[in-house]
Amino acid sequence: MTTRKKKKAANPHPPPPADDALVVIRGLRFSRGPRVIFDGVDLTISRGRVTAIMGPSGSGKTTLLKLIGGQLRPDAGTIKVDGEDVHRLSRDGLYALRRRMGMLFQSGALLTDLDVFENVAYPLREHTGLPEAIIRDIVLMKLEAVGLRGARHLAARELSGGMARRVALARAIALDPMMIMYDEPFTGQDPISLATLAKLVRELNDIIGLTSVVVSHDVAETAAIADYVYVLSGGRVVGKGTPATLARTRSRWVRQFMDGLPDGPVPFHYPAGDYVEDLMTGEEG
Amino acid sequence: MVNTKVVEVGVGVFVALGLAALFMLAMHVSNLALSEGNDDGYEIVAYFDNVGGLKVRSPVTMAGVNVGRVRAIEFDDRTYQARVTMGIGARYDKIPADTMANIFTAGLLGEQYVSLDAGGDDNYMKDGDEILITQSALVLEQVVGQFLYSKAAEGPAAPPAATDDFDPQDPFAP
Amino acid sequence: MIELLRRLGRGGIGFFQRLGRAHLFLARVLWGLGELYPRPGLVVAQLWSLGVLSLLIILVSGLFVGMVLGLQGYNTLVDFGAEESLGVLVALSLVRELGPVVSALLFAGRAGSALTAEIGLMKATEQLAGMEMMAVDPLRRVVGPRFLAGWLSLPLLAAIFSAMGVLGGYFVGVGLLGVDDGAFWSQMQSKVDLRDDVVNGVIKTIVFGFVVTWIAVFEGYDCVPTSEGVGRATTRTVVHSALAVLALDFVLTALMFNEG
Repeated sequence: MTTRKKKKAANPHPPPPADDALVVIRGLRFSRGPRVIFDGVDLTISRGRVTAIMGPSGSGKTTLLKLIGGQLRPDAGTIKVDGEDVHRLSRDGLYALRRRMGMLFQSGALLTDLDVFENVAYPLREHTGLPEAIIRDIVLMKLEAVGLRGARHLAARELSGGMARRVALARAIALDPMMIMYDEPFTGQDPISLATLAKLVRELNDIIGLTSVVVSHDVAETAAIADYVYVLSGGRVVGKGTPATLARTRSRWVRQFMDGLPDGPVPFHYPAGDYVEDLMTGEEG
Repeated sequence: MVNTKVVEVGVGVFVALGLAALFMLAMHVSNLALSEGNDDGYEIVAYFDNVGGLKVRSPVTMAGVNVGRVRAIEFDDRTYQARVTMGIGARYDKIPADTMANIFTAGLLGEQYVSLDAGGDDNYMKDGDEILITQSALVLEQVVGQFLYSKAAEGPAAPPAATDDFDPQDPFAP
Repeated sequence: MIELLRRLGRGGIGFFQRLGRAHLFLARVLWGLGELYPRPGLVVAQLWSLGVLSLLIILVSGLFVGMVLGLQGYNTLVDFGAEESLGVLVALSLVRELGPVVSALLFAGRAGSALTAEIGLMKATEQLAGMEMMAVDPLRRVVGPRFLAGWLSLPLLAAIFSAMGVLGGYFVGVGLLGVDDGAFWSQMQSKVDLRDDVVNGVIKTIVFGFVVTWIAVFEGYDCVPTSEGVGRATTRTVVHSALAVLALDFVLTALMFNEG
């Protein structure tokens, strides 16, 4: 594990005060064609904590991260990161802000024509004029932090899904960002790499003093590492609180999602006309 | 990914090859080489009554060998002749001063060129000299006209049977 | 009926939207090209994959096209006793038309489709989005170098194609069919003009290189990020490039060689 310290010293569980907000989202509306994805979402992500955003597939969790990163523009509402309105920034301002954010894509999004070492070195080479020796040291430290220092000569396409995500994580922390956004970090992982990733998320958050945003639908794993959880459904926030409070909440939305019930406020059936009538008419349409 | 050095060498070869090809097209395929080669030569002038289809950059030959190129063709309004300036390669510096210039046609319908027939003078042409003896281009209509005229002059004296084995006359026969 | 009109209207709007997007995209790419100046390595790497890797097909095709021209031209010219003009015929056809057009078509098939597929796959695997989130502009790091390299490659490739074609014509005409060696070259040299023919041909290839590479990178960048979307974009690159090259060739030829 790296011993580099940033902003705050190693900080075990009880998180810093909740009023120190890093990301503030107010009245967010976003639609893709006729489909409304967000319809008035308010979210606050506190500095130095692990905030989980959960919701069923298709509830726009990844879209939310892209909105925060400024890759998409909302129809209405504001998103402020570290006091700056993401969608009012100039191009240069946005790029400067993105250097302080890391994002871990579901696929890892590693550059396939580079090897592991070069992938992690990439943001350093792009944004800093550091000499080769220092870049090497930083890359090895970041790779050590994710436990893949020995894999530095592997080609990106040779990596398993879990390893690719860990390399991507090393790359995301290469520039010592203030915040990392994880897009479905646990999906499709075997139990071992799942546990590794969960441990990494938590440890990086506490040791380096990051702010973490985890988007996921894996309830158990996410709840285990999160300090605060938002549950999204149907374009709205339907539940929020610490994992412990959510476990006790009575909201039917949250219950259905947390307990994994097949039917409830999120219906089992895709919206359709009357079943009997549909069968009787006997024509396609 | 291929080794960086291989990439760099490969790209270097590619660019060099491309430029060499461009160079070849410019120097070897197009007329740049010849017109440039003339620059270190000298110019001589000739007046023709009619240059026919002669053009700037038409070849100038001696005994069938290309020795230069036509540089300019102007109309001289004092003599009412065409003034043809020819660039001759520096190597061909022993062209007698009484050389004769003809305008010939390459093949039956080919392009026209200047042919120099060496004379016997001991003095050689220098830059700016003029060729005094010239023969104009043969214009096809004139040739045909002359031929008909001479035929007509021979008139009925020619035996009628001759027309049978004299082909060129056929198209013009009544 | 109304449904048909509506569909036509939607298609028309979609077409103009795409056209507009393609031009905005081009403007942003061109604007970002200046950033490549301190990073020539990025362009060199692309010159390799677009230029060097297209060399083989260009060399071989050029040779064969020249040989066919030599053969066909000889058979026609020999009827007029003008087989000495074979060099002129081969060189003019290649330098003015076949060199630029055929190499642009080959380039679209070999390099353009590969460009579209590569950029499209980078989009589909979130590599482009990942770069954006690393505060690296993919238009400047990914698209820019490829665009510049493609644009530079085609004129060089076309020149190589034409040169190979002239050699192929020479080989068949002089080597096999017995046209006079000196006449082949001297006729060629006297009839092919540097400015009117060679330079105009090069201008054509510069235009074609620009357009083909633009289409290829735009299709890749704008594709639907799925394997099917990338496949379609690749097909569109080849089809649109071919149409654009042939149409532009007509326009450019009309502009350039009209007064000759």
